[in-house]
Amino acid sequence: MHLSPDEMIYWQRGFFKLNATLAFTWVLMFVMAVGSKLITRRLSTAIKRSRWQNFLEIVITGIVRQIKDVGLPHPRLYLAFLGTLFLFVATASLCTVFPFYKPPTGSLSTTAALALCVFVAVPLFGIRRQGLARYLATYMEPTFIMLPFNLISEASRTLALAIRLFGNMMSGEMIIGILLTITPFIFPIVMTVLGLLTGMVQAYIFSILAAVYIAAATHVHHPARKAVPQT
Amino acid sequence: MDSMTTIAVVSIVLAGITTAFGSIAPAMGEGKAVATALTSLAQQPDASATITRTLFVGLAMIESVAIYCFVISMILIFANPFWNHVIAQTAGK
Repeated sequence: MHLSPDEMIYWQRGFFKLNATLAFTWVLMFVMAVGSKLITRRLSTAIKRSRWQNFLEIVITGIVRQIKDVGLPHPRLYLAFLGTLFLFVATASLCTVFPFYKPPTGSLSTTAALALCVFVAVPLFGIRRQGLARYLATYMEPTFIMLPFNLISEASRTLALAIRLFGNMMSGEMIIGILLTITPFIFPIVMTVLGLLTGMVQAYIFSILAAVYIAAATHVHHPARKAVPQT
Repeated sequence: MDSMTTIAVVSIVLAGITTAFGSIAPAMGEGKAVATALTSLAQQPDASATITRTLFVGLAMIESVAIYCFVISMILIFANPFWNHVIAQTAGK
């Protein structure tokens, strides 16, 4: 029983191993990049537009609205990073309907890499918005004593992001694999549908949590202002 | 009981206990969260988008504790380093 697609090695030479994680990640990237290039080749702003362009617009405006709801005032700045996170994890889990496909997010390497991207991106966005000195000062909030706790919480929430996504994807696959040996016919299909649902929810959770962390890092503290009486 | 049997017995028993205990508390917490969310949805239905989104984020945070226990159980059963070490030792002998 494979614990993760890292163990399914297709080809290796010396140090480099082409395992299922790498192969399926590149296939996903290729499909998403080529697909979106084909769809956006002829964009139309008229009423009549292609079905795929409509679909992409629904997805993008939905993501922008969610980012704005989380509390980030200029969603377009963060749309590239957060949208990519959501689309990659969602596509990786949606493609489980195809046979012989193993989601690359079912491997701890992929989820750790995504979590590390968030870990690096949050200070970058915070520094870009607030400046280095003010961002580093937020680690001392609310008091000086909280500095080690803030640092530990940064590391632990990155770890939690990786393990949460990995655990959900791996457990979905493992349940289906185990059920196939016990009750072959209808029940594994039900569990596959459940796996699709949890995959989409986990994609949403991953990107919303990344958005919340970025919002916390870019939150500019306004000093308390005295209310100006309106005359 | 030699060390190989001990490792096997302890791994199997602990894998079961980890999942058993590790799913009680998250399930109760999630039940409480959903109950509170339903109450506030009934009181303010027009905030349903915010409430639903916050509910899902909270459920994911609670669920991750259960996922940690599940991952530990899976490691104990399928990728147990102590078992692999002992097997490698007996295979090498």
